[in-house]
Amino acid sequence: MIELTIDGIKIKTEEGTTVLEAARETGIIIPTLCYHPGLSPYGACRICLVQVVKGNHSSLEASCTLPVDQRQVILTNSEKVTRTRKLIMELLLSSCPNSKTLQDMAANMGINKVRFKIKDRGCILCGRCVRYCKEQMKSGGIGFVGRGTSRKVATAFDVTPEECRNCGGCEWICPVCEKACMADSLIDGLCGGCQNLAPVETCLVCTGCSESVGPQGHRVYE
Amino acid sequence: MMNHYEKVKTIVDKYGGNHDSVISILQDIQSEYHYLPEHALRAVASQLGLPLIQICGVATFFKAFSLKPRGEHTVTVCLGTACHVRGAPAVLGEVKRQLGIEPNNTTDDMLFTLETVNCLGACALGPIMVIDGRYHGQMGPGKAKKILKK
Amino acid sequence: MGIAAMKTLSSAADLERLRNRILSRRDSEKPCVVTSVGTCGVVRGSGAVAKAIPKALSSLKIKHLVDFKTTGCHGFCEIEPVVVIYPERVLYQRVTSADIPEIINETLVNNKIIERLLYVDRLTGKKIVNEQDIPFYNRQTRVILDNNRLVDPHKIEDYLALGGYSALCKALFHMQPEGIIAEIKKSGLRGRGGAGFPTGIKWEACRNAPCSDDIRYVICNADEGDPGAYMDRSLLEGNPHSVIEGMIIGAYAVGAHDGYVYVRLEYPLALKNLGIALGRAREYGFLGQNILGSGFDFDVKISRGGGAFICGESTALMASLEGKVGEPRQKHIHTAVQGLYGRPTNLNNVETWANVPLIINRGADWYSQIGTEGSKGTKIFSLVGKINNTGLVEVPMGIRLREIIYGIGGGIPRGKKFKAIQTGGPSGGCLPESLIDLPVDFDRLTEVGSMMGSGGMIVMDENNCMVDIARYFVNFLTEESCGKCVPCREGLDRMQDILTDITEGRGKEGDIELLEELGDLLKESSLCALGTTASNPVLSTIKYFRAEYEAHIREKRCPAGVCKALITFMVDSEKCTGCGVCLRECPQEAIFGEKKKPHTIDQSKCIRCGLCRDSCKFEAIIVA
Repeated sequence: MIELTIDGIKIKTEEGTTVLEAARETGIIIPTLCYHPGLSPYGACRICLVQVVKGNHSSLEASCTLPVDQRQVILTNSEKVTRTRKLIMELLLSSCPNSKTLQDMAANMGINKVRFKIKDRGCILCGRCVRYCKEQMKSGGIGFVGRGTSRKVATAFDVTPEECRNCGGCEWICPVCEKACMADSLIDGLCGGCQNLAPVETCLVCTGCSESVGPQGHRVYE
Repeated sequence: MMNHYEKVKTIVDKYGGNHDSVISILQDIQSEYHYLPEHALRAVASQLGLPLIQICGVATFFKAFSLKPRGEHTVTVCLGTACHVRGAPAVLGEVKRQLGIEPNNTTDDMLFTLETVNCLGACALGPIMVIDGRYHGQMGPGKAKKILKK
Repeated sequence: MGIAAMKTLSSAADLERLRNRILSRRDSEKPCVVTSVGTCGVVRGSGAVAKAIPKALSSLKIKHLVDFKTTGCHGFCEIEPVVVIYPERVLYQRVTSADIPEIINETLVNNKIIERLLYVDRLTGKKIVNEQDIPFYNRQTRVILDNNRLVDPHKIEDYLALGGYSALCKALFHMQPEGIIAEIKKSGLRGRGGAGFPTGIKWEACRNAPCSDDIRYVICNADEGDPGAYMDRSLLEGNPHSVIEGMIIGAYAVGAHDGYVYVRLEYPLALKNLGIALGRAREYGFLGQNILGSGFDFDVKISRGGGAFICGESTALMASLEGKVGEPRQKHIHTAVQGLYGRPTNLNNVETWANVPLIINRGADWYSQIGTEGSKGTKIFSLVGKINNTGLVEVPMGIRLREIIYGIGGGIPRGKKFKAIQTGGPSGGCLPESLIDLPVDFDRLTEVGSMMGSGGMIVMDENNCMVDIARYFVNFLTEESCGKCVPCREGLDRMQDILTDITEGRGKEGDIELLEELGDLLKESSLCALGTTASNPVLSTIKYFRAEYEAHIREKRCPAGVCKALITFMVDSEKCTGCGVCLRECPQEAIFGEKKKPHTIDQSKCIRCGLCRDSCKFEAIIVA
């Protein structure tokens, strides 16, 4: 068993747990986007960053990938953490402005202005859809192509892949994709990565997205 | 005469059909065809038993690979720091003007493909332009114009 | 042709016998003509020079009296192609193949020096005859690079003649793995790839990492991606065996039997020479099973990069070795503990490996006398950019920047003023004149906002714009970013937008602060070291050259005369002779004027391509 401290609360948990999981077990909310309990942690969105304090020195680490360690001291809501989270959120908004999830998260953080050029990528490249397809469906229909700002989720040669099971899981698991869920035509779907897959009949979890809820039904922001 | 699928198989077999050798396999395929044709990528995926999108991911991640057919001659301008400091952007500007294309593109007559590279390691001789493997050092816009005209 | 091994060497004694045979057939007094055919030299024509030499020796019928050797880079790239004649080490610079018959006839046969081909000392104006008297060389401490001038990379016998693989024998037969690790720790060697992590500690962590099947790996990172850095290229091209020997010793120390060298694709000659060297090493029994009868098995595979700077990062490199895209992972658990295929992996840079045989042979005590308290040994830097003596310099840690730039580098060409020196590649920072007396070591460079990096040192003068340089590095990094994490992918992209605006005259108040804010974000929240160090060029140029940024933003002016949107090309009517060359060169037909009368540039047509300035022989085109 490992003993660590999160926000002043002493926690005991098993070795191999991540800081995010340990926090959740204790009821401490850390916002996430690319994390999903059913998928391998990815650490790409950086919104789950927490401050790890070691003596006089501290650093920010992604709590979804950080393993718990003996006598670790974690802060999930310090000034440094909230400031960093806000700036990341601002960057996310500037690259995916039409997502209601992101807009709500940002509003709750007190962000009312985006100072950067808006470049709508329609996707935050969190990789949940890719990991879902690979890890849960054991398929390989969609993946990442390209590099840097040209990186996107796609199918091979932009046609429906043979491997596709038509499960619709990639749409369902997308944290920003409400637009696609409610769109009549998949072409209007947010990330476009699923636009050449067979249409999904029903969206399994969506409640019309009037509340900012994540697919697993928990609130994803404070 | 081997068909394309068999050609790819020879290359894949050379690396023992190993998943780790994807990058080397693609490099050899590119040497053969001068780019990565769709049929070759499909063949690699099928022969290695890997999802096609994974092969596409590798093919689009590394700058060395081209999914578009390339020209007969490749002109590469080095944009490394030492070359930049000695005026490489002006050289690139002139080459773009002479060939009429942007980097990573090929002229309509399929004669020239223009590429840029982020350092060849011959920094003492910068700025550098490479044409079909031949290095030309100490380039300036004027010199580049002359060499290209030839 | 050297002496071929009749059979694979199967003991240390075998090796010594072979070495003695090689040495006994070498006559150090016999004349030998040497020329370097590393990539730099070949670009300048040394290939043709190398072909001409044996031809000339034959035609004068002295081939049996004079040896001929081709080597890798000697390091003084500015004067390539070079021809050095042993034993006196007479050096001729900027040689062409047309000079060869004269060189062979005059210097070798008639013992006469050809004055016009001698190196001229810039400071004294004196001609220097012998290589060892050239200040560029003798002001360095070339414990690693010096061998490049003595070794034909295709001939393992040359390496053996210098004592090659004796460190391996010492390690295999007179030391234990733990003892080797202790010696490396004691030497204070720190990684030469950029991060400067203590090598001995890394080896120890790898050896001690729990591993159920006891399979470990060693990797040589030859992905040298920093633009402007080419030290590793020269080591691999010129003396690959020094790196191989280091790897075998390291593998023995950590308990690995498989090694990889990951070489970037843009280094074809390094790939070739390394391949040849590995082949020879196997033939002689330095690689493979039961090395020199020690019972230790180890072999090395070469892997080629695919054109991705990020693959110089250790986790991305290992992903690439596994056939995947070069996406890094967080290093909560270090690669020494879980690396390639999840197994303990010891990755080191080319230069780090090359230091190992030296330390084993001469001892940690000797090694730790060179350098400073926190940074031991020497470092090879590639000194490039606006510098007279472009080349590779090997100096002890702690040497002052001033000595490198002026003492060894010969100062700034064309009488221009030094402005900044960039160290550490895209992960490093630009240092101004005020820091010219900074001792160069890992910690000092980090303290002032830069870093050692792999060793690129790019000198800039008054005609370089620091905002343009910052933009250049951010451009480079946005192209090379893997795109996985938000701060790097989006943050760098927005920094690029702001810097582009500033250099194109659209900068506004608050831009500098926004750059600083984004820069700090990248430093603290990026997933890998590409992201966390990406802001160094921007933050360091803001710190030391803020006034230049402000001029671009507030006055829409580029003081250095570089940013196209903010400059004007004009004809200096006092210098212009009306020769008309620029008029003909101008692609926009923007220059007009009568013959023999000063010309004028029509600003409405001028696209600032620079062809006119380039072609003017009277320096009559000025930039305002």
